[in-house]
Amino acid sequence: MTATPSQTIGRPNGPKPSLKGKSSRGIILADRAATVVLWGTGVLVLTILGAIIVHFALAAWGVVTLNFVVSDPSETALGGVMPILWNSIYMLALTMLIAVPVGILGGIYMSEYAGENRLTNAIRFAEEAISSVPSIVVGLFGLILFVDDLHLGFTALGGALALTFFNLPLMTRLSEQALRAVPQDERSASLALGATKWQTIRHVVVPLAIPGLITGVILTAGRVFGEAAVLLFTSGIGTPPHYDFTNLDLTNPASPWSPFRPATTLSVYIWKLNSEGLGVFKNQIVDGSAAILISMVLIFNLGARFIGRVLSRRLTAA
Amino acid sequence: MPTTATYTEPVLRRIDVTAPLVADGSAAGSDQIKIATEHVSIKYGEKVAVKDVTLTVQARSILALIGPSGSGKSTFLRCFNRMNDLIPGAKVQGQVCLDGENVTDQDVSVVELRRRVGMVFQRPNPFPMSIYENVAYGPRRRGMNGRRQLDELVETSLKRAALWDEVKDDLRRKSGLALSGGQQQRLCIARVLATEPEVILMDEPASALDPVSTLRIEELMRELREAYTIVIVTHNMQQAARVSDVTAFFTMADDRAGYLVEVGPTGRIFTRPTERLTEDYISGRFG
Amino acid sequence: MAQLTNTYRATGLRAAPSLRQRIDLPRRVVFGAAASMIFIVVLLLAFITWQGLQLFIKDGVSIGQILSPTWQPDSTSPNLSFGLLPFIAGTVYVTALALLISTPVSVGLALFLSEVAPGWARAIVQPALEIFVGIPSVVWGWLGITILVPFLSHTFHGGMVLSLPIAGDVFRVPGFLTGFSWLAGSLVLSIMIVPTITSVSYDAFRAVPQELRTGSLALGTTRWQTIRHLLIPSALTGVLTAIVLGMTRAAGEALAVQMVIGNSPSMPAAITQPVTTLTSQITLDMGNTVFGEPWQDALWTMSLVLLVISISSVVLVRVINKRRMGA
Repeated sequence: MTATPSQTIGRPNGPKPSLKGKSSRGIILADRAATVVLWGTGVLVLTILGAIIVHFALAAWGVVTLNFVVSDPSETALGGVMPILWNSIYMLALTMLIAVPVGILGGIYMSEYAGENRLTNAIRFAEEAISSVPSIVVGLFGLILFVDDLHLGFTALGGALALTFFNLPLMTRLSEQALRAVPQDERSASLALGATKWQTIRHVVVPLAIPGLITGVILTAGRVFGEAAVLLFTSGIGTPPHYDFTNLDLTNPASPWSPFRPATTLSVYIWKLNSEGLGVFKNQIVDGSAAILISMVLIFNLGARFIGRVLSRRLTAA
Repeated sequence: MPTTATYTEPVLRRIDVTAPLVADGSAAGSDQIKIATEHVSIKYGEKVAVKDVTLTVQARSILALIGPSGSGKSTFLRCFNRMNDLIPGAKVQGQVCLDGENVTDQDVSVVELRRRVGMVFQRPNPFPMSIYENVAYGPRRRGMNGRRQLDELVETSLKRAALWDEVKDDLRRKSGLALSGGQQQRLCIARVLATEPEVILMDEPASALDPVSTLRIEELMRELREAYTIVIVTHNMQQAARVSDVTAFFTMADDRAGYLVEVGPTGRIFTRPTERLTEDYISGRFG
Repeated sequence: MAQLTNTYRATGLRAAPSLRQRIDLPRRVVFGAAASMIFIVVLLLAFITWQGLQLFIKDGVSIGQILSPTWQPDSTSPNLSFGLLPFIAGTVYVTALALLISTPVSVGLALFLSEVAPGWARAIVQPALEIFVGIPSVVWGWLGITILVPFLSHTFHGGMVLSLPIAGDVFRVPGFLTGFSWLAGSLVLSIMIVPTITSVSYDAFRAVPQELRTGSLALGTTRWQTIRHLLIPSALTGVLTAIVLGMTRAAGEALAVQMVIGNSPSMPAAITQPVTTLTSQITLDMGNTVFGEPWQDALWTMSLVLLVISISSVVLVRVINKRRMGA
């Protein structure tokens, strides 16, 4: 490297180092080392995830039995999680009932109608802002709105609305992405046949986007199912009473079907047991509940992938 | 150079390729052979992209590879600096010798090889950094850090690429992306020159440029030929006729594998091709 | 298609008013759905701000007192003080350490996925990351309690000391008492924010055109040189965005942190000692206080601080990205 550039440049006939030379050895070693380190990050993530799954599989062994899933907390020596699991599913359904239509409609606006203007910008800002607000703050917002101001007390409805607030941006964005993935040609073809914009969306764009929309719904559901901080101060942390499923009176807070009752979910229950629980089997119950949560997350995730793949194959084949 | 013995023999067999160059005096001053390929075949998985190509390139001359799309010209070009390595499943058979050393050997350092065999791409691809940093990128990566040394190298390279006068005032401030298409391509050439290569591969370097920029690039190639060995892939036959010393015509066989039909001095290929296929292509009857 | 022609009955090229209204109705509905997010944000900002300011308006606490390190919120306490500094400092320290641990791993992982991993490896690691995202924060907290905290307290019970022959002890950290600590909180958070930083950085690396990589490699550089000197500088704004988003997530995370940091309302002393954060104090105290009492008002002020942090980070991300567009 001592020769000045003007001497070496344009002198292709000078003595040349062999192509098998060692002059670049240092940078090649650095490259190899970097490759090993980067592979290491991938291996690390898989190891941690694998360890977590194995850990909970072992911890749940002997705890998560049919009895555990179908009993009330006070019913057996170990305790059961039936009403809590019911609440998790109930809250999930109630939240998705609100969040899915609103999110998909919002996604339609953002993908099909929104122009480059201030209003769109404001909606995007709101979307990003809600996504970044800590879940505990969204929970506190629900607390003021539903518990303190509207005097509803801790209710499943309040919790579901707070969860909707928190997850609406995700649902909207995933829907927007799914709709944007529909090729422009499909829209043009429909519009050229004289269909209105809405008819095009309704009969062409949305059906084609269904695999993506379903994936979005399932991913959102996974997040709703595990969320706890939003619910601590909106749907309550009390241990549920024995549920009488024959009571179908939706306005009666004693009915497990009613949205106007407190509803402690699995994630909230884990937190509560950890901070307050004193029982002999506290650790087993938490391990069991966490194992159920993790399995649901796995099911949601793999389900989203599977259904998305099957549907898109069927649609493209048709 | 004892190693040259391994490939001079086949070269002598194709003596018709090289002899006229020296004879009519249009060729470069050196009759040294820079690159020699022997029975080179390139496969992508099961598909044969290039079949059994043997040719030589004289030092300080321009070889043009012409032929219809899919005839494997670009693929063949990329085996000179082993860019095919980046494509999973690509496999090169046969020998590609640079100054007598087979570059396809496992223990060849591709880093060393690519420093000696630079490449300019179809679409200008300046890095998103200043003009200066674009040119200094290669030298810095091989450890050149001295400010004066780098300054001098950047200036020389830009001058050789005929870009210096247009950019010297805001070398460090202006992004390489802010240049026009033709300027960007000359910047990419300067960037290659700064790594002090011996061979420059050009893959349709002017196909994305306007006619005026194209002429500038062609002029530049004629100038660079004084010091470098250049191999260019082009779709433009006039371009091949204007700039190159030797032309190689590729086409596609029935099994869609590209192969070399004929190679010879550009003047002869365009006026008296020996092969029927070449004549058809040049006269526009095919391709 | 029969349905389409049925509804479209306008005779002239110019649609009748009634038809135009019918076309407009869906537009209004979908707009309403999207705009509901603006409504939620405005309402949330208004409510939290109003509640968060009560400590100053109603209880007459000064800004100076908020910034003091003394937290004595119980109305029976002789020297009542609403110093939020321990919580703000705790949040900042725990978040900073988590970012310090997580950023290299996450950016490395993003580079692995975008530059190094063959297809099969990507097909395994990417879904694994998505499952990571889905693991609820209480589960992370529980793992922290059952695995990490006991591990820390057993392994580093004696503390950590870094001594140099001449300078003596340059770095001395007391041992863990229980394992519930700043370090435990940061470690749990650092794992939780890996997917956020990784996925955003990954997108930034993928956005760098392939021609630039080929251009760099063709100059005789190694893959690592290309990553280090071309890809990382080119994707820098994207990586910064990723770090800011990771920071936001870490600062706002409540339950997992609360479960492992020990919740001691004093200024952070060492990474082995218990600390507290804004989120964990809110989580702990909100249920034990009465609406309207100064103690609870102070918790609302903490949530206002959290809100300010998160909205600022959104603005910060926008500024970073605007600069990228401008460059």
